[in-house]
Amino acid sequence: MTAPPLLAVGDLSVTFRTRAGPVKALERVSFAVDKGETIAIVGESGSGKSVTAQAIMGILDPAGRVEAGRVYFAGLDLLRASASELADMRGREFAMIFQNPRGALNPIRTVGDQIADVLARHEHLKGAAARDRAMEMLALVKITDPRRRLDAYPFELSGGMCQRVMIALALACRPALLIADEPTTGLDVTTQAAIMDLIGELGRSRGMATVLITHDLGLAAEHCGRIVVMHAGHVVEDAPAAQLFAAPRHPYTAKLLAATPRPGRHLEDLEAIPGGLPDLRRADLPGCRFLERCDRAGEPCRAPALDAIVTPSPDGERRVLCVRPLMGLAA
Amino acid sequence: MTALLDVAGLCRRFTVGQPGPIERLRGKRPGVLHAVDAVDLRIGEGEVLGLVGESGCGKSTLARVVARLIDPSEGSIRFAGEDIGQIAARRFARHPLRRSIQMVFQDPTESLNPRWTAFDCIADPIRRMDPGAAAKVADRVHELAALVSLPETLLQRFPHQLSGGQKARVGIARAVALRPRLLVLDEPTSALDVSVQVVVLKLLDELKRRLGMSYLFVTHDLEVVRLICDRVAVMYLGRMAEVGTVGQIFERPSHPYTRALLSAVPSGVPGRTPQRIQLSGDPRSPIDPDPRICRFLGRCPNGTERCGTEMPQLRPMGEGHVAACHLADAA
Ligand SMILES: Nc1ncnc2c1ncn2[C@@H]1O[C@H](COP(=O)(O)OP(=O)(O)OP(=O)(O)O)[C@@H](O)[C@H]1O
Ligand SMILES: Nc1ncnc2c1ncn2[C@@H]1O[C@H](COP(=O)(O)OP(=O)(O)OP(=O)(O)O)[C@@H](O)[C@H]1O
Ligand SMILES: [Mg+2]
Ligand SMILES: [Mg+2]
Repeated sequence: MTAPPLLAVGDLSVTFRTRAGPVKALERVSFAVDKGETIAIVGESGSGKSVTAQAIMGILDPAGRVEAGRVYFAGLDLLRASASELADMRGREFAMIFQNPRGALNPIRTVGDQIADVLARHEHLKGAAARDRAMEMLALVKITDPRRRLDAYPFELSGGMCQRVMIALALACRPALLIADEPTTGLDVTTQAAIMDLIGELGRSRGMATVLITHDLGLAAEHCGRIVVMHAGHVVEDAPAAQLFAAPRHPYTAKLLAATPRPGRHLEDLEAIPGGLPDLRRADLPGCRFLERCDRAGEPCRAPALDAIVTPSPDGERRVLCVRPLMGLAA
Repeated sequence: MTALLDVAGLCRRFTVGQPGPIERLRGKRPGVLHAVDAVDLRIGEGEVLGLVGESGCGKSTLARVVARLIDPSEGSIRFAGEDIGQIAARRFARHPLRRSIQMVFQDPTESLNPRWTAFDCIADPIRRMDPGAAAKVADRVHELAALVSLPETLLQRFPHQLSGGQKARVGIARAVALRPRLLVLDEPTSALDVSVQVVVLKLLDELKRRLGMSYLFVTHDLEVVRLICDRVAVMYLGRMAEVGTVGQIFERPSHPYTRALLSAVPSGVPGRTPQRIQLSGDPRSPIDPDPRICRFLGRCPNGTERCGTEMPQLRPMGEGHVAACHLADAA
């Protein structure tokens, strides 16, 4: 009997109202994260990674609505929690690093004060104690000269420094779950490695679970045990990292890997994934949203709805949303 | 290759930590942050220069000075033979050379007007700088959208209704609208997924070949550098650490910082962590740095006494390959 996961998302569907009709941004998204585990969500731009994070955190754009599904965090159904319960948990129990760090920071408060605010709200730290802790946090995310940088305003910091301030803010209250939306896109590889090591270390020492949203498959490969691949609002594949890289099952995952730069590959060798995401407002969206871009598609793929195929494996189960999955070596 | 851009002795300093009136009475002085310090740089016609370095080392600042959005504190900037470093940024906005240097910003959310549709964002430079083309604006915008593979259905959306990668493509379409001779790109691909990244890199490669455009390409992704750049400049804390061709930098890095950086590139293989060169020790502050001390001292694995008394200058390591390290050996 294994413990229930810390976070379990089940059949989550989200729709946005727009002038041109409803956008079906997420459909039956499911995945789970255990205590201390780091998983990655990867997928093309617009595939619904950030919307998934926003839905979990209860911070969807007002035009967005959760149509169906469950989000369980430590046994509590977040979709049924009251606004005040959620507000209290955000930052303390689960924290988020936003994709657009400069926009997510308050432009008219110094970064030291912003970290102190969070510490005051959730940890009841004040004055010099809060300032010391804030400085420690900045040092932890490798900001040089942290004492003097406490007084800096966001506009005085570089893009990657703002990103690291966001990380410091998110980690300040020792959350049990961290949702990090592209946390290291603006960081050089040495700083990125330091940040990922820090996140990994917090997973081991405090059991913090992390959902890493990223475009960087190389980063995901190195730091995440499990990878969730999203496409056009669907989870198309969910598998242990090693298996996913060795033998992708979903044709989309395979194409994503083929587009990834690697040592020895030239620009000509890299192939963009043909076509684009389908228009998510269409009323006749097929059950397989990859259908029109897939070179393996056939008649059975046109079914109006698909169910994920689940196969057990020693490192945890694999799921793939495809009627004609690739069957590589690692069965 | 004649130099399109020739930058010499470029410095950009910021005053930080302005003391309040009482602090001033107590003798507190503001600090001076040396974001860019005595940088020389040349970019040839049709050449792509990659600019890499640790987060906060001054890449964006250098890019903004070169793109003439902010003023240098010292030094000269020659563009197509004309000294544009002396023209105040505000005046340069109306200078005939303005359309020849365009910039793609690090943060697509910051650089797009939230009240404009994607269409208007792309049309704006054409309307402002190219009145002759005003009648054909719609055609041009659609052409540009196709060029960066931005679906036409997205053109009527506002920035907040677009995903991060979609916004990045709007930013690129907007910057190439006027066919500049020099495009300054500040992490143009960091918000892009691998598939769009391939499209954008191939597009930039083609624009370079077809129109002879030159790029200053700021990025953290060393794989991207390998794919698109001719030469690479490595910065460390405001100063140039090493400059050379892609082959020289990747195969025979001379500066210890360059070596550490290259060693931290994720392997892209699950479970295989690269043998990173760990940089321990505290980084030096860019605020009021000692002009005699090498900026890397303290973190450098092989610093000597001389590194603390004499700032290393760029020295030839090979044909067109220079490094600023007392201990580096010419190949
Ligand atoms: N407020 C909104 N109104 C309408 N559509 C929206 C809104 N927010 C998001 N969307 C749409 O939902 C889809 C998923 O967007 P999301 O931001 O989750 O993408 P993403 O996977 O995070 O992409 P990226 O990697 O580029 O950040 C996109 O098609 C996007 O245009
Ligand atoms: N307006 C400003 N006022 C004060 N300091 C500034 C200002 N703009 C930049 N700086 C400082 O200049 C230094 C270089 O910043 P810059 O944004 O150029 O770095 P970067 O190399 O682009 O970093 P990143 O990779 O994180 O984007 C940083 O220490 C930053 O804090
Ligand atoms: Mg996103
Ligand atoms: Mg920058």
